[in-house]
Amino acid sequence: MKKLILSALALTTLFACGGGSTNDATSANDSTATSLSGSIQIDGSSTVFPISEAVAEEFRAVQPDVKVPTGQSGTGGGFKKFIRSEIDICDASRPIKKGEAHECDSLNIKYVELEVAKDGLAIVVSKENTWLKDITVAELKMLWESAAQGKITKWNQVRKTWPNEPIKLFGAGTASGTFDYFTEAINGKQGDCRGDYTASEDDNVLVQGVSTDKNALAFFGLAYYEASKDKLNLVAVDNGAGAILPTTETVMNGTYAPLARPLFIYVNGNAAKRAEVVTFTNFYLDKASALAQEVGYIALTPEKITEQKTKFEAFLKELK
Amino acid sequence: MINSEKNRLKDKAFQYFGLGCTILGLLVLAVFLGDIIMKGIGRIDWDFLTSFPSMRAKKAGILSAWVGTLWMLGLTAFISIPIGIGAGIYFEEYAKKSRLANLLEINLANLAGVPSIIYGLLGLEIFVRSMGMGTSLLAGACTLALLILPIIIVSTREALRAVPNSIRQASYGMGANTWQTIWHQVLPASMGGILTGIILSLSRAIGETAPLIVTGALAYVAFVPSGPMDQYTVMPMQIFNWISRPQQDFQVNAAAGIIILLCITFLLNGIAVFLRNRWQKKVKW
Repeated sequence: MKKLILSALALTTLFACGGGSTNDATSANDSTATSLSGSIQIDGSSTVFPISEAVAEEFRAVQPDVKVPTGQSGTGGGFKKFIRSEIDICDASRPIKKGEAHECDSLNIKYVELEVAKDGLAIVVSKENTWLKDITVAELKMLWESAAQGKITKWNQVRKTWPNEPIKLFGAGTASGTFDYFTEAINGKQGDCRGDYTASEDDNVLVQGVSTDKNALAFFGLAYYEASKDKLNLVAVDNGAGAILPTTETVMNGTYAPLARPLFIYVNGNAAKRAEVVTFTNFYLDKASALAQEVGYIALTPEKITEQKTKFEAFLKELK
Repeated sequence: MINSEKNRLKDKAFQYFGLGCTILGLLVLAVFLGDIIMKGIGRIDWDFLTSFPSMRAKKAGILSAWVGTLWMLGLTAFISIPIGIGAGIYFEEYAKKSRLANLLEINLANLAGVPSIIYGLLGLEIFVRSMGMGTSLLAGACTLALLILPIIIVSTREALRAVPNSIRQASYGMGANTWQTIWHQVLPASMGGILTGIILSLSRAIGETAPLIVTGALAYVAFVPSGPMDQYTVMPMQIFNWISRPQQDFQVNAAAGIIILLCITFLLNGIAVFLRNRWQKKVKW
């Protein structure tokens, strides 16, 4: 009996969502009116985790009987579980890799990629640093590429006008999606990076390190800069069109290139046959903008969100 | 200088060196504790203990984490204590100098030195995947039980060895068999030591994070586990999660979480000392 009711619920929700983007509001209302149960497994990127946690928390207020346990094993770890179908939704701070996508295909796992927010990687120096205000992408590459190891050690080697002082670098550790993203965007190849810098998976350690050394430079998520503004100076990045500081606007419209990155969730196709997963995903897209901002990321434009919702609906239709 | 004077000087020097070492250790602990307590003590209230984690640092609580930790401890103890004591008794009372016992002993010594993350990987393959327990409390508890088993076995053996052989001889002399001797004489006499070992090893299990990350402890759990097959989070996971957040308020939460975790650990150690003293008073030879 219970199963019957559940599948009926699933059907109605599916129909409600499949009805086209015009009745988004009604479908959202419908799904919050019916009370669902079950459990939705989320894991993946620790960068996306705060958003998923926030959405899960808000969702609990609407659907108290749906459990949403959320993990943060990293984007790579998340996809491993995603491929084994151990989780329903995978948080990712980079698009799925070819190898991962191939494994999904070979196991006949259908999935949809939905963008939920944007994150900017900030280049920062200490408040005491008076001379480093902007930097070009080429100079960043010169600083960070693997060829620089042991050779580029003084700031005036990078730009003549900078002082003859030792370079100290701080950055994300090799296991994080942030490292993958930064090395690909700056050095042109994922994982290509000098080894003689201070690496930590804990961004607060990086904040601490760079803020106390006037010859240091670091990169980490914009949210960590926002939280320690009083100790750090933001460095503008020049990608050929003038030096640009990461702000809500420049990250969202893409002018803060190449260090603005999209954050994703991946929804498993089999899971998306369950009513609670569909409702949750729609809820996620509805709330993502407001909640992303609250936890320190940059919200997508309403148009972009609508685009993601349409994409999700199309995916659901395709499943049937 | 006369030889005896030289020796006395050496003696004094070593005494001060030892004192210095002790003070250094205590000082580091005191600075750490002071820092944590100053940061976190103001954050601890009833709401903190009875709320689920939240994205808003001020509303966030540690309920699912401390309940998860207690579940984990209970299950781990339930699994590891009988096995640990049983194995200890076998080694000390039954298996004397056989080849098999030698082999087992070497393995045991090796197991005690295996890093905890390796136990995590073992647990992931065996309990989570092969045995199909999933990312449940039970899978985590089995993994932690394996991790602390060598410690329990070793401390059980130490405790049994401390029982004078004359007790056993006297018991045999009265016509008791090996089992009766163990049950009525040896075990009661060594219970204090065994309990101390168990509780100290559980105190270690309480702070373990690495094996639990691997076997599937989660970061955000907004429900209290109601059975051993439920998913869970534990206090070190919650603390780690808060520490890595950019906002200052979460750092305060982490400090408060650390205080609670320390309280649980101190409580356990306190119980250990109490039990040992009680048992030692009872046993008179």
